[in-house]
Amino acid sequence: MPVLTDDAAGRVDTRPAPGENPPQRRAWWTSRRRDQLAGLLFVTPQLVGTALFVLLPLGLVVWYSLHEWNVLADTFDFVGTDNYRKLVDDPNLPSVLRSTAYFSVGLVVLNLGLALLLAVLLNQKLRGTVVFRTLFFSPVVVSLVAWTIVWGFLLQDNGGVNGVAGMVGADGPNWLRGEWTAMLSVIVVQVVKNVGLNMVLFLAALQGVPAELYEAARVEGASRWTQFRRITVPLISPTILLTSIITVAGALQVFAQIAVLTQGGPGTSTTVLVYYLYQQAFQFHQFGYGSTLSVLLFAIVLTLTVVQWRMRRRWVFHEQ
Amino acid sequence: MNSRLPLRARVALYGVICLLAVPFVFPTWWMITSSFKPVADIFAFPPSLFPDDLSFSAYRRVFELQPFARQYFNSAYIAAVVTVGTLAVSALAGYAFARIRFRGQQFLFLVVLVGLLIPSEVTIVPLFQLFNSVGLVDTHWPLILVPMLGAPSVLATFIMRQFFITLPAELEEAARVDGLGRLATFWRIALPLARPALGAVAIFTFLHSWNLYLEPIVFLSSPEKFTLPQALTQFVDAYGGPMWDVQLSAASMTALPVLVVFVLAQRQFIEGLAHTGLKG
Repeated sequence: MPVLTDDAAGRVDTRPAPGENPPQRRAWWTSRRRDQLAGLLFVTPQLVGTALFVLLPLGLVVWYSLHEWNVLADTFDFVGTDNYRKLVDDPNLPSVLRSTAYFSVGLVVLNLGLALLLAVLLNQKLRGTVVFRTLFFSPVVVSLVAWTIVWGFLLQDNGGVNGVAGMVGADGPNWLRGEWTAMLSVIVVQVVKNVGLNMVLFLAALQGVPAELYEAARVEGASRWTQFRRITVPLISPTILLTSIITVAGALQVFAQIAVLTQGGPGTSTTVLVYYLYQQAFQFHQFGYGSTLSVLLFAIVLTLTVVQWRMRRRWVFHEQ
Repeated sequence: MNSRLPLRARVALYGVICLLAVPFVFPTWWMITSSFKPVADIFAFPPSLFPDDLSFSAYRRVFELQPFARQYFNSAYIAAVVTVGTLAVSALAGYAFARIRFRGQQFLFLVVLVGLLIPSEVTIVPLFQLFNSVGLVDTHWPLILVPMLGAPSVLATFIMRQFFITLPAELEEAARVDGLGRLATFWRIALPLARPALGAVAIFTFLHSWNLYLEPIVFLSSPEKFTLPQALTQFVDAYGGPMWDVQLSAASMTALPVLVVFVLAQRQFIEGLAHTGLKG
């Protein structure tokens, strides 16, 4: 029986009651067809964009990598795998890969370690943690190049960092001119810039850990360190995985900081892969070889993402 | 505040936190205050925390040396267009992937997700070539179209999808009973509920566009088309050395507005990012 109800306007509701079949209409324009059309239309801009600005360029970069292509000389010749052979023999490549690895590992370890430390500190029952949270987060919203320029000034031989070092009696090095201090500087500048983001994600995760667990651990006489290792770390491991994936991906994309602070130097000590790619393609006009380096970058990103994703089974305590 | 920590532990904690905060706060503070100092005072150590007397000469030179107002406008309008565009593209796609059943859905979602795996640095050479072949190099189109539709917007779509999935199905049934179509359901019911997720996406997208550096220096060559990050590095003297006072003034003007908005809305910023931005 259809439910008949009079509404305020006096209309009669003739919709079928729940559970009853609607009147059989063999309409072509069914709600399923309507959903099909709506779904496709809704995703069209994103799909067209992905096809045009992601998939097509990805195919092209592989195609270009098989060519000797100098933009200035206007050459575009198919050379097969020559560029890949050149890549393997490139005397700069070991140094570039080493720099990329140093930077990425250093950044991820320092960033996640500091983010977790800050999150634990700010998760204590202290007054004013919201203010400190804002302060630690603030570099995230400062323009990247502005931030880097300021640090470039502070890290000069006669800059503020060495001024502080001098106050405690140390003779600071010329940070951006020494091989390993340059890399360390770029890493630290980038960590301080972005660690707030991971800190906030860790804070949210820490607040999700049930207090009863710590209560129980304390009753059992577990130390704070044991509690941290046995309760906190396993329970926030999904967030650790997420932040490490984001941070690794970000580390491999670093460009502006290096372009502004060191231009890849001294020597090639801070020439990471993206910077090397930029130099080859847009400063030396080697689009073919630049594309080969792009393929290498893609392969590295893909491998690392897959590896991290695989590791989640062994690592991450629980996943929904 | 009912604290279980003894007083000494609390004092020690504050000490550690304050010390750690120095590298986070001091550079910004120093950048802004130094931009008002004469050049000689910028190099003084220990630095004065406040400029002795305000000097605006560096600010004046920012505008004399480059079309800085124009560059400021470029960055602002590009970031605004990209943010609005990304919100539209990602909300529509995220909604469809989460709430509408249609054939090919899963396959298309996988296709889109490929974008998450491809940093834009990988495709910069072919993108340059593509825009070059249609005569759009040295225009703002690449800086607008690629972030709005390409790889960066995929993350936004993913975030929106994760959010829309959590909405209860009854909402849509109610909408359907009321005779609303898909577009009306999306616009009048789902979208208003998605405000926190939209906020997080907007913040991410704006900052990403505002900070873009590789793409502008690859695509743009005329100073009046430059964006801010690119312009900041152009204040150099005849020997290529940076003009510090001018650079710091320009950097301050670039950083301050965003910083002010952040301080005013820090709770929405931080909690929005933490809770809707990247969960799931």
